[in-house]
Amino acid sequence: MSVKAKTTESSPREYVEHDYMMRRMPSTPTSNWVLVTPDPLSLDALTTWATHPNCGAVVTFSGVVRDNSSARENVLALEYETSIELAEKRIHEVIDEARVRWPSVEAVAIHHRIGRVELSDATVIVAVSSPHRDTAFDAAKYCIDTLKVSVPMWKREIWEGGSAWSDDSSPILNARDQ
Amino acid sequence: MARLLLLGPAREIAGVRNDVVEGSTLDAVLSEAVIRYGTKFQEILDVSQVWLNGEPADRDALVASYDEVAVLPPISGG
Repeated sequence: MSVKAKTTESSPREYVEHDYMMRRMPSTPTSNWVLVTPDPLSLDALTTWATHPNCGAVVTFSGVVRDNSSARENVLALEYETSIELAEKRIHEVIDEARVRWPSVEAVAIHHRIGRVELSDATVIVAVSSPHRDTAFDAAKYCIDTLKVSVPMWKREIWEGGSAWSDDSSPILNARDQ
Repeated sequence: MARLLLLGPAREIAGVRNDVVEGSTLDAVLSEAVIRYGTKFQEILDVSQVWLNGEPADRDALVASYDEVAVLPPISGG
């Protein structure tokens, strides 16, 4: 999905009124935006959504498909599988715990792609805003690190002529224990 | 009886993502699933978490037809 080009007349808020925001952002005011989707992800949309007048920091993270893993050097794509309901529930738990640890966090958005994701495309994106940068950095790191060990999600590595489940797997842990 | 949700490698080994399995406890449902899907399913079950309606549960938990039993092998998201 493409993001509409920003025009010189557009305000930041107008800029984000593209398809991604309109179709997927929460329908009611909230400080959490969680999405598990087969569609391409937009870090621009998350960054703009997480920007608040009282916040001096918006930290973002984008995890992308790389061409190698611990098992092989020729990865072409990854294919993710989950239960959207279970995954989104667990991502909300990650954010809840982040808010307990860093109460000054303002907005948190975490989107995870499922299905086939091509080389260099984003598989997971995170945006955290807070009044000061240390909190945003720490909370964003906690969110992505904890997501990887607590959210039910499985990926297959795909290469020319084959595919296999990733060797880089771990038992599911609890967000509060990380 | 309960609804079974098999994900990732567990889904691949069983050959199905959703199924309905007999049993009045979590343990009984899983035993029936092993009979249905074979020893390889037992092997993946041994290293998996099992959730009842979205939460970890004891194996002696009672289940009914509307309950969802999810088998969750080690994860690899992000």
